[in-house]
Amino acid sequence: MRIELERRPDVSRLFSILSPVIALALTIFFGGIMFMMLGKDPILALYSFFIEPLMEVWSLHELAIKAAPLILIAVGLSVCYRSNNWNIGAEGQFIMGAIAGSILPVVFYDWQSPLVLPLMMILGMLGGALFAAIPAFLKAHMNTNEILTSLMLVYVAQLFLDWLVRGPWRNPGGMNFPETRTFDPIAVLPEMVASGRAHWGFGFAIIAAVLIWFMMRYTLKGFEITVLGQSARAGRFAGFSSRKMIWFSMLLSGALAGLAGIAEVSGAIQQLRPVISPGYGFTAIIVAFLGRLNPLGIVVAGLVLALTYLGGEAVQVSMQISDKPIRVFQGLLLFFVLSCDTLIHYKIRMMWYDLSETAGKGAR
Amino acid sequence: MGIVEAILLTVITAATPLVLAAIGELVTERSGVLNLGVEGMMVMGAACAFIATQATGSPYVGILAGIAAAALFSLLFGFLTLTLVANQVATGLALTILGLGISSMIAEPYLGQSGIKLPQIVFPVLSDIPFLGPVLFKQDLIFYLSIALVAGVNWFLFKSRAGLKLRSVGDSHSSAHALGINVIRTRYLAVMFGGACAGLAGAQLSLVYTPQWVENMSAGRGWIALALVVFASWRPWRIVAGGYLFGAVSISQLYAQAYGVGIPSQFLSALPYLATIVVLILISHNRRMTLINTPAALGKPFVPDR
Repeated sequence: MRIELERRPDVSRLFSILSPVIALALTIFFGGIMFMMLGKDPILALYSFFIEPLMEVWSLHELAIKAAPLILIAVGLSVCYRSNNWNIGAEGQFIMGAIAGSILPVVFYDWQSPLVLPLMMILGMLGGALFAAIPAFLKAHMNTNEILTSLMLVYVAQLFLDWLVRGPWRNPGGMNFPETRTFDPIAVLPEMVASGRAHWGFGFAIIAAVLIWFMMRYTLKGFEITVLGQSARAGRFAGFSSRKMIWFSMLLSGALAGLAGIAEVSGAIQQLRPVISPGYGFTAIIVAFLGRLNPLGIVVAGLVLALTYLGGEAVQVSMQISDKPIRVFQGLLLFFVLSCDTLIHYKIRMMWYDLSETAGKGAR
Repeated sequence: MGIVEAILLTVITAATPLVLAAIGELVTERSGVLNLGVEGMMVMGAACAFIATQATGSPYVGILAGIAAAALFSLLFGFLTLTLVANQVATGLALTILGLGISSMIAEPYLGQSGIKLPQIVFPVLSDIPFLGPVLFKQDLIFYLSIALVAGVNWFLFKSRAGLKLRSVGDSHSSAHALGINVIRTRYLAVMFGGACAGLAGAQLSLVYTPQWVENMSAGRGWIALALVVFASWRPWRIVAGGYLFGAVSISQLYAQAYGVGIPSQFLSALPYLATIVVLILISHNRRMTLINTPAALGKPFVPDR
């Protein structure tokens, strides 16, 4: 058997919408097989993975908490990826944003003012943006591959955070645990609604998604992003600068990742620890693609991936399955999303017969 | 054995996985395919090599298992990017994420077990040469393989007909296709070779470097290997030079930590990553040199038209 692709004359609208759904269905199917191989009842496991977390108010709040950083980061990444700038170091920008925003509640903990919280958020965005400025500068002015530099900086950021919480920022009254002092209530991001823990990070995520969606769809900047991403040469003829676009997209996604970092720390953890993210920066890459690089799609995709974190925790407790399958689920999902995207641009033909024979007949 | 020999031995141990993974990726990239999944293939190799060694008691079976697992795993990447023409950057990332996930899942029962170290192969007379003997001729199989592979790849790419075809596919797939070269098959084989080498690199980690299973034990080496290919400007022997340079950097930070230099350990641990960035800047700053050496069709998808 061989598989042949035939380019569609137009992008298939049907498959643009269907492909993420097919990918999700395939992931769930293979996920079930995986649970079966682990010796668990697949239906029960899938139920407690994907359905149970949606049945209770408190776990819906947890869903919003986990979706917030994913959506914020992924929305920024979508601008990068659409303009062909491959920032894969959002995890590092998330951490640096969290660190920059935490300067106020950790170092200047005495300062009591309603300004603290907004300043923290701004500092967080600055921290993330500045850290993303390094690969941006290197790509725009030194011609250095941004994929590798942004990824290397993730390790640097992780080590820097580790040093801070074990060294200079360690809580003096914390029994030598590697963590900072807990934030004063004035530095804690408030809850959005009275019914549970979900904080304003989710609100930020929705606002960011809508704003970026508007920018992509109705502004010249959005057009510039798309044109430069599809063909830098065509963009140049239109007077757009690839170099400026590198700066714009990297700083924007860095700032959003930084905001996600400080919102997570301030809203959910309320102190810095050696590890503050279960890989949000990398999972957000999956979110961006599952949302087909469309900010509104990303909101839905962020909720789906947040569910994999929650479901993973749920089966850990209820069925004694380790937390490892979460990453497998996420990886599988990205694989299926990417393969289903082929359906949007191509018709796929399975050839069951010998091609050379028919080609010979056709020539006669 | 003197202190210099001891240091050289640790540098070699640290450099070998980098050289292996990079030489595989070099061949893949020379065929015009950018596989960012090296980290994932490497960690799959490490996990499967360790599991097979524990199951059979033979590290040589482990090596084979590591190679086979990573080569099969790379087929997944090949299928998506070559048959389904999916985006290579995104698919490579997917391979890394999936590899880290699967490896930590299948090798979880082996956490904390002590492994079997790959034995040394001692060359009778040569190993008695002062200084060079113990460094070069009292090593394990994977080290010898790494040098042989670099020499072999160098010969293959620049001296053999098949290597010329592979490079032509990487420079202009349309011309190669017009000449009757099977572009997709060439690229599949190159991707699998890259996978096999990354798997061997992973096996070195779990059988030689630290004979045990640690989650995410590749610790960014796959990414450093990708940087090495750029550093080497796609030339095999420069991979060895670059790999040993990086090995030296990562070993020097271990020594600095052991001797208690007054720098926080986290800063020293960040050195290999920072060194990678610095090296990338130095290399890519020279725009013309990069342009001359980069395979012209690198990362570009190919759909044969009929």
